[in-house]
Amino acid sequence: MKKAHFPVSRREFIKLLSGGVIVFFSYGDLKALQEERGRRGFPQSLPTDFNAFLRIGEDGRVACFTGKIEMGQGVITSLAQMLAEELDVPLSSVDMVMGDTDLCPWDMGTFGSLSTRNFGPPLRAAAAEARAVLMLLAAENLQLPLSQLEVKDGVVFDKTRPENKVSYGELTKGKRIERHLETKPPLKNASEFRIIGKPVFRQDALEKVTGKAKYAGDIRLPGMLYARILRPPAHGAKLKSIDTSAAQGMKGIQIVQDGDLVAVLHEAPDMASKALAKIKAQYDLPEAKVDDKTIFEHLLNVAPEARVISQKGNIEEGEKLASSVLEETYYNSYVAHATIETHTALAKIEGNKATVWASTQTPFTAKEEIAQALGFSPENVRIITPFVGAGFGGKTRNKQAVEAARLAKLAGKPVQVSWSREEEFFYDTFRPAAVVKIKSGIADSGKIVFWDYCVYFGGERGSQQFYDVPHHRTVTRGDWMRSTPGSHPFGTGAWRAPGVNTNTFARESQIDIMASKAGADPLEFRLKNLSDERMQRVLKAVAEKFGWTPSKAPSGRGFGVACADYLGTYVATMAEVEVDKTSGRVQVKRVVCAQDMGLVINPEGAKLQIEGCNTMGLGYALTEEIHFKGDEILDLNFDSYEIPRFSWLPKIETVLVETRDLPPQGGGEPAIVCMGGVIANAIYDAAGLRLYQLPMTPERIKEAAKRI
Amino acid sequence: MTEAIHFKLNGKPIRLTTDGERMLLWVLRTDLGLTGAKFGCGEGFCGACTVLVDNKAVRSCQFPVKNIKGKEVMTIEGLAKDGSLHPLQKAFIEHDALQCGFCTSGMILNAYSLLLENAKPTREEVIQKMDENFCRCGSHTRIIQAIQAAAQEMKGGKRG
Repeated sequence: MKKAHFPVSRREFIKLLSGGVIVFFSYGDLKALQEERGRRGFPQSLPTDFNAFLRIGEDGRVACFTGKIEMGQGVITSLAQMLAEELDVPLSSVDMVMGDTDLCPWDMGTFGSLSTRNFGPPLRAAAAEARAVLMLLAAENLQLPLSQLEVKDGVVFDKTRPENKVSYGELTKGKRIERHLETKPPLKNASEFRIIGKPVFRQDALEKVTGKAKYAGDIRLPGMLYARILRPPAHGAKLKSIDTSAAQGMKGIQIVQDGDLVAVLHEAPDMASKALAKIKAQYDLPEAKVDDKTIFEHLLNVAPEARVISQKGNIEEGEKLASSVLEETYYNSYVAHATIETHTALAKIEGNKATVWASTQTPFTAKEEIAQALGFSPENVRIITPFVGAGFGGKTRNKQAVEAARLAKLAGKPVQVSWSREEEFFYDTFRPAAVVKIKSGIADSGKIVFWDYCVYFGGERGSQQFYDVPHHRTVTRGDWMRSTPGSHPFGTGAWRAPGVNTNTFARESQIDIMASKAGADPLEFRLKNLSDERMQRVLKAVAEKFGWTPSKAPSGRGFGVACADYLGTYVATMAEVEVDKTSGRVQVKRVVCAQDMGLVINPEGAKLQIEGCNTMGLGYALTEEIHFKGDEILDLNFDSYEIPRFSWLPKIETVLVETRDLPPQGGGEPAIVCMGGVIANAIYDAAGLRLYQLPMTPERIKEAAKRI
Repeated sequence: MTEAIHFKLNGKPIRLTTDGERMLLWVLRTDLGLTGAKFGCGEGFCGACTVLVDNKAVRSCQFPVKNIKGKEVMTIEGLAKDGSLHPLQKAFIEHDALQCGFCTSGMILNAYSLLLENAKPTREEVIQKMDENFCRCGSHTRIIQAIQAAAQEMKGGKRG
């Protein structure tokens, strides 16, 4: 199987679709799809009430067309597995055609661990529908009743005389059969699976280990130019004067300006950089109002009215029941996506048509944005999404693609925009800084009796607590996405499991503090205050693998536990850390993570995602925070903004607690959400130091040690 | 200063006329069309641009092209020989040692130079050598496993 990029025109594409069995289906956010129905942007001859389709062609190959994109999360493999399973074809005969706005129907974007969860069931149903159609054709072709037929590897044969057979490809020859998936055909039982649930290697691995995999920055067009764009020193800075004379004189340099967009173009990107450095520009800087230290107070000051997320009982009543009351405040800093691939795009304009290759999680949004920026009709804009060098939510914004398109139009030649690391840090839409205030209490029985929770700007996702608490209230003030004007000094947005990292850190720290107050083992305290069976199960599974023995914290062992429910995926994590109080350094030695994500499609892929989450999560727990002064971002590269590296690596073990009768839930994000809380709790267990702010840098550890 | 630069690229002689101060990464990716080496940070922190010069791993974004005169440069495109994958490439596939794949070329080539220096590295030695190569997806555990498996596979000098 390969990631197919068909370099075809729309007319050729329709021709390409002309033969075979085609099943149209829809998944996920149907409301968004309905809103999109009939709007511009679909290939005109395709129906509009679906957002994916698959086709079994005359050559026997199976193609799945979807606006989803592959950015490392592995859907190129797991989706193909589901399709191959239900259709009974070899995995190698499946082509995933992804993220091309001309070839694929409209899609909202790839984020929120939604691809497998929302897409899986309808994809399997569509494949089952196609299989049913093919079986009918085979019955006719072989002159046999359906009951006498069996399929293996895309070949239908007579159960009693296997040499009497016909392939899917042969069956579709000269035919065009369309089906719209409306009813739900029966799907295979888990016990019948041959491909789902079996470990397979990543389908994109071969291209990626040989350097052949193409990312947006690897596309080459004749005559293309590379752009470097003049950037302000701070957000909100106004260009006062500009002197381009020194750059003008350089050989092969073209300077273009369109309002606020000033760029140098050259046929080599490094020469464009050299020219950009020669441009002298002066700016009016906005007054610096906040920095990375004062931001929390600022956020508390500008927070809008509280919005209630959930409540039960009466907090005042609950307080009366408490023998011990705890009131704490937790802080989380701005965190960058810091994907190794920076935002990149290549745009080509021909007449009134634009084609843009972009590193994006939202190709269809990019299409609309570019159409608007160029004054083009959206159906004349095509976005092609090659492999994406990771996203984690950061590549849901398409500023670079719009810039490339504008510059290509101005230059009259194809133009590539590939952000430098400095630009990437400057224009990233950070995970928002946030404050969480929790007041909670326990009774003498060791039961939590009330829970009053307020998250400021962190986002509501993951804020609802799942412990058994008779009196609780969860409110949010300010959101991570549509933030109050004047709150964040720069762009914020979705970051791998938006909201949930902050909320889990705060909740699981508070639970641990209460356990300690109650003189209870942190695991036993959780189990005692939980009735959710799936949560009980993952906690017990992680404890067994970890070898947890009960002890009151701080035990000196450096053991921590945290758990979370992330959009239906349950995750429990235990960690062991070593804390050097003198240097403030924390070494995470071991992480064990148990996850219940329903039916597991690709166990290896799922484990890889969990390990990835655990590893990436070390960063926001220990070092990652954006340093800034006013609207100026002080982090320019990976020297001051430290991401996890090999020497930080704990031993990571994963346990998949499978619930096979539950549809597959998302797996790309959940296991990251416990990392702040579990490490904070382990640090407390190791050294008796309670950290209330992420990341838990050496400086903050040393400060906490001084407070004792 | 524009100068003539002769060197070997993936075993083939190359003659190039360009400004010798330019960094090898851009010459490879733009002038020579080999896009396997990636731009990640431009300052030598991340290792996505790692290539081999006379079998030593270098950061091509920091390596002036005048310094490759008369030398052998190998990029990820030159690692598989006669259509058969290098044991490191196989091991990266078999151990799922990648996700988005953007750092993979640099990882494999840095590991390649490690195995030339030290055919049987311990886990700690692998970590030490790979520490300056960044992976944001968190594939580190699998990358270490893959490198050690490849070292095992290559014992007896099958391929180096």
